[in-house]
Amino acid sequence: MSDKTVDRVAAATPVQVARKIRGLSDRAIAWIFVAPTIFLLLAINIFPLIWTIRLSFTNYKANRINREPEWIGLRNYERILTDSDIWLNMQSKAHFQFWTIFFQVLIGFTLAWLINKKFKGNDLWTTIIVLPMMLSPAVVGNFWKFLYQPQIGLFNYIIAFFTGKDPSSFEMLGQVNLAPWSIVIVDTWMWTPFVMLICLAGLRSIPDYIYEAAEVDRASKLRQFFTITVPMVLPFLMLAVLFRGIENFKMFDLVVQLTGGGPGSTTELTSINLKREAFEKWRTGYASAYAIVLFVTVFGLASIYVKALNKVKER
Amino acid sequence: MSSFSVTEPSKRTKWFAGALVITYALITMIPLVWIGLTGFKSPADAISYPPKYIIGSDSEAGFQPTLEGYVNLFTTRTRQTEEFLANNPPENWADEIVRQYDMVIVGPSKFGERFLNSVIIGFGSTFLSVLLGTQAAYAFSRFKIPLADDLLFFILSTRMMPPIAVAIPIFLMYRNLGLSDTHLGMILLYTAVNISLAVWLLKGFIDEIPREYEEAALIDGYTRFQAFYKVVLPQAATGIASTAIFCLIFAWNEYAFAVLLTTANAQTAPPFIPTIIGVGGLDWPAIAAGVTIFLLPVMIFTIFLRKHLLRGITFGAVRK
Repeated sequence: MSDKTVDRVAAATPVQVARKIRGLSDRAIAWIFVAPTIFLLLAINIFPLIWTIRLSFTNYKANRINREPEWIGLRNYERILTDSDIWLNMQSKAHFQFWTIFFQVLIGFTLAWLINKKFKGNDLWTTIIVLPMMLSPAVVGNFWKFLYQPQIGLFNYIIAFFTGKDPSSFEMLGQVNLAPWSIVIVDTWMWTPFVMLICLAGLRSIPDYIYEAAEVDRASKLRQFFTITVPMVLPFLMLAVLFRGIENFKMFDLVVQLTGGGPGSTTELTSINLKREAFEKWRTGYASAYAIVLFVTVFGLASIYVKALNKVKER
Repeated sequence: MSSFSVTEPSKRTKWFAGALVITYALITMIPLVWIGLTGFKSPADAISYPPKYIIGSDSEAGFQPTLEGYVNLFTTRTRQTEEFLANNPPENWADEIVRQYDMVIVGPSKFGERFLNSVIIGFGSTFLSVLLGTQAAYAFSRFKIPLADDLLFFILSTRMMPPIAVAIPIFLMYRNLGLSDTHLGMILLYTAVNISLAVWLLKGFIDEIPREYEEAALIDGYTRFQAFYKVVLPQAATGIASTAIFCLIFAWNEYAFAVLLTTANAQTAPPFIPTIIGVGGLDWPAIAAGVTIFLLPVMIFTIFLRKHLLRGITFGAVRK
């Protein structure tokens, strides 16, 4: 009798419960699998961010360990938001953002459109075009500096060759009016492939039957381009712009190596400005507040942008 | 082609598109080819005007290739008296190259060490981010986790922070924990940066593996762990490999954290290469040699693994 009960209980026990007894429960495994990642992100991403927020209310200087930091409230924020230099810096940054993204979208989309014509060997050439974006930005900045050298640099030679100008008459990195463009050129060289790849993914996601239907309706190629291709690729393109925008905002390596922020502070983009405040002037508290202001700005702009993006997708 | 297709571009269109794309590709390669060439020039040829670009030619635009840049990259040298040079014949071919400047090789440079650091930190952090990333991605893909979407967004949003913004407290934290300028510190840091991308990419790959495989394994008496290691991992191998390449490339290329948090012991190659200085200014051939050695692995990787890589880039973008 008792044997029978055991058997019946065993048979009635759901598979899931039986599994739980044999090994860990699914829930336990889920937590074991997720916990290390969350812990690492909390320790190295979130905790530092909270610490930055805390530091931003003090006048702490990281090179003076013994001095107790003073709580100074919102004074750091007040100084940043009223500092005209910082606004000027942001403006030049916006200018720079506009031109790099403009060129990258223009060239990137054109290339993707051409590659999508599926000529022979297009994947090999795509890979070659992609090479620059795989390289280390700091090292890229370093060797472009060599190409930009006045008199000896290859860039000056090529420009002189085609325009007949004297190659020693201009300095890409040394002249206030040219230095920002030197960065725009390198950034475009390096990141156009990224925009291109995303546009290519967009173009390849358009099903053939839409074009076939348009052909049946006798829509001209030009019309097909503007009523099918462009609207269908637009969400992808906007995504590429978002990624480039955020990455550009974070850009540091390339510019440090290329111009170091100079001449003067013409190309002192926000990240470099921040690095100077934090690790050269050691105004840790002030730099922390600056970092927070920038972070909030980007986060806000990105959220607004994502909302716009979702609207485009819905259409 | 026998069947007529309206979406297939004409032959002329293809030829024209191909010509334009190839032209762009060739122009885009000029800087890289130029750096490759400069590595094999003598310092004088490297900075000559007009530039020299024909290997081994005696014409005005030609230069004789030399390994000077590479020798200078890997060694430290010192100037010696004529007497010393006359009494001590060169020991090997590298020494011979250096002798033309009345110098002798006194030891290896720091480049080898820095390069090795790049390898250790790159592979260490890649291994860790793929390991943790696969587990987290599996959990997000298969189990009901409370607030899963919020957690995933949180994981992703950590990538939006500029490195400099978090560098200040990380610098302070590492100073207190004794992690600054250590391999472990850099490996943990790069893992933390990479893991968001790893989780997102891998979740996509694991989502594609049918659940039925594991369920069959579970019924056969495997535990969850066994089902994960013996059934899911082999299925996700391609995805794991392409994610690993992305993590490796990031860690290999990273500069901002490396320059702020390391000085000697754990310094990687990117902050080191620009500091190579020769006699009387920057030693461009040696820098070019360093750049070539540093960039070549990534370029070879990219060309050979292009299918996985290109998928990864667009995939990550399209999913978000």
